[in-house]
Amino acid sequence: MLQLDFDEKKCLACETRDCLTRCQYMDLDAEAAGTEIQNLINGTDTRVLHDCRTCYACEEYCPMANHPFYLIVSRQEELGIAPLPEPIVKQGIQMGIAFRGDPEIHEVNGPVLNMGVFSPLIRLAQGKLFEGLTLISTDSRKMHHYFCQLMYLHFARTSVIKDRLPKVMATIAAHKPTEVVHFHDECYGTYTSFAPAWGMDVPFSSIHLFEHLYNRLTELRDEIKPLNYKVAYQRPCSSRLSSDKHRFVDKIFDLIGVEHVRRQYRDEDALCCGSTILAQKTPDSRRFCLNQQKKNIEDMKESGAELCIFNCPACMQTIGKQVAENGIMPIWMSDLCRMAIGEQPA
Amino acid sequence: MDSVYRALADIVGEDYVSEQTEELFTYSKDLGTSEPRWPEYVAAPKTADEVSRIVEMANEQKLAVVPLGGGMSLAGLALALRGGITLDLKRMDQILELNEQGRYMVVEAGVSHGKVTSYLHKNAPHLMHSEPGAPPAATIGGNLAIHGQGDLAHPYGFNSDMINGLEVVLPTGEICRMGSCALGNQWYTLRPLPDLSLFMGWSGCTGIITKVSLRLFPCKKIQEQDVFVVENENLVPEILFKLTHVGMAEDLVVVSQEIPPPFNRLHYILINLAGDSREELEFKRQLIFDQNLAKYIQEGTGGIGAAGQDIERPVVSKTSDWRKGGGFEYVGAIVPVGFYPEGFRLGVEISARHEIPYTVLGRVVGCGHSMMFSWTYAFNRADNDTVSHARQALHETDERVLEMGGTLWKPAVFGQKLVMDRMDANTREMMKKVKTLLDPNGIMNPGNWEVA
Repeated sequence: MLQLDFDEKKCLACETRDCLTRCQYMDLDAEAAGTEIQNLINGTDTRVLHDCRTCYACEEYCPMANHPFYLIVSRQEELGIAPLPEPIVKQGIQMGIAFRGDPEIHEVNGPVLNMGVFSPLIRLAQGKLFEGLTLISTDSRKMHHYFCQLMYLHFARTSVIKDRLPKVMATIAAHKPTEVVHFHDECYGTYTSFAPAWGMDVPFSSIHLFEHLYNRLTELRDEIKPLNYKVAYQRPCSSRLSSDKHRFVDKIFDLIGVEHVRRQYRDEDALCCGSTILAQKTPDSRRFCLNQQKKNIEDMKESGAELCIFNCPACMQTIGKQVAENGIMPIWMSDLCRMAIGEQPA
Repeated sequence: MDSVYRALADIVGEDYVSEQTEELFTYSKDLGTSEPRWPEYVAAPKTADEVSRIVEMANEQKLAVVPLGGGMSLAGLALALRGGITLDLKRMDQILELNEQGRYMVVEAGVSHGKVTSYLHKNAPHLMHSEPGAPPAATIGGNLAIHGQGDLAHPYGFNSDMINGLEVVLPTGEICRMGSCALGNQWYTLRPLPDLSLFMGWSGCTGIITKVSLRLFPCKKIQEQDVFVVENENLVPEILFKLTHVGMAEDLVVVSQEIPPPFNRLHYILINLAGDSREELEFKRQLIFDQNLAKYIQEGTGGIGAAGQDIERPVVSKTSDWRKGGGFEYVGAIVPVGFYPEGFRLGVEISARHEIPYTVLGRVVGCGHSMMFSWTYAFNRADNDTVSHARQALHETDERVLEMGGTLWKPAVFGQKLVMDRMDANTREMMKKVKTLLDPNGIMNPGNWEVA
């Protein structure tokens, strides 16, 4: 039985209660947060379970590394308080079912790039920045065998993740990688945050895509021509699980000569793209989502951003079009990096 | 050289007639489960006059004439069941007139839906026509001959409700016009003259459609698709009722299928919305989601699966070939919207018995006055057992649909017989009189709708 690495003493001793007091979607002072945290610990109903937008941010805000978000979604599942309507939950869970046979496994014995469930975006992993990496999960018919499953945090179904994840890890491990660069933040967060938090052994070592890009760009420093764009970065929810890697965003931007614009919704204060909020059961979620997106994009515009940098396909799909309609070009982080070394974006 | 071939060559030219096996082979089958049936000749006329001359000759020879558009019905409706001449109408593909203010265009019947869409994109981007779910090669005339429906079905009904006039070559060769065009050269209305709509829904058994005045409709600048998902099939009719009451959607389609897994036992209500501005679209979404469907969202019985997705036309056929290279055929039925739950359960049951992953789809026609409900059965063209399974499933579905009070749409011969067996005797007798009157020699697509 997997147990969450959660220490209630740490929580109760916490003075700031940043997990809830800094939440962008709930208005709680430290005292009220303390009450709600106690309810969470006790496993009783609390408004937190109903009002949570599942943005993952509390996982980053927690000064104790005590996994408040994992606790919240676990309690939501235990008490049957799913943030999303049941058909959407079922749809999401069924999305991760592998159904077209097993993938062919080739032993690599070297570094790999794990595309996870984003095989259709394989075009983004080409050129000098990806030289020396063997791609795994390249077949879109078999990609669900590599699907990290972490998306189900948004559905309050940690049980699904815990059930499926060991098989996914075994599939990746079967390639015998020396290290795994993860195309998506979510996969990286799965293997470096979620799995350890639940006491799961991960049979390979993981590298964040941004760390890899930064290292490769450093090696190719002589080929870099500064791009001189003003850019906004759409921070995905899953990067909250690997906040120590977020520094690579600015390190990359500095290296390739783009300006990360100062704006209200940046870094720890970043706003969710809204993909998980749109369909939530809370009354008026749809309009709330639209307002969040509008605030986010207006903020980008006011800051003078020319480009919006994405790393998460869900974010790109959710607001990429709106960003473009507002005169800001949406572009993938990997493409931006490729442009800096004179390559054409995919 | 035989006399029929010579006569056809004299009419259409040597390049557009054939009696060669390798060419007839192409025309001997369609994409469904029907057994191959070979014509003796194929001819591709260019004008209504050529069609007329061929039909006159066929009458003299008592030869069958089978008109063929894109051949996309899947139900074998353009196969030469009694041999004779297959008339390939795809050379009759000219766009003859566009009247933007009057919102209609006059086309030859062999023009494809893809060409019409492309032409409007280029020449009148603020107008659109109702494009069926079929691949773009489906023709305007063929689609009318089977009472097709398209992506404007919800507000405007069947595609055959969306015409202002017709030109038809009768089975005896006369060229005849219906609507205002019968009075001169204006093609702006089909009504209010005496109703002579004897040519649509007959699969070419009463004449050959050669020209059509197609109604066009506003094409808004932004067209997007939203998706509402429910698990309980019994909720679908009431949700569709609410959606048709709001009246904001251009197309309402419900899909459920076993594969891929996200669709399994869930019902995806696809809502196509159009607007000339973001504000117009948002207004429509507020009415739909925040007012009419909010109850389901907050109860947790229904949810927004997606919003603002780009629309690729045609939508339906893109989802059909999920086996990539396999085959499929479907039973389509025109049913009340309230039929959906039972239709879904029927599809699951029959599909499971024949070991075929189930696929069902319903498209609202005419503000909820009816629904086209389809049960698709996939098969592997190279595997006769799977073809046979699919055919059995199709026949069982035909029977069950009629037992349940449904009406078969573009049925194959098997279904046509079931329909005629159940038809009111006076109505069947009238069909017979019409058929005999129009086609005294029984040469038009014989084997289909055989009342005579």
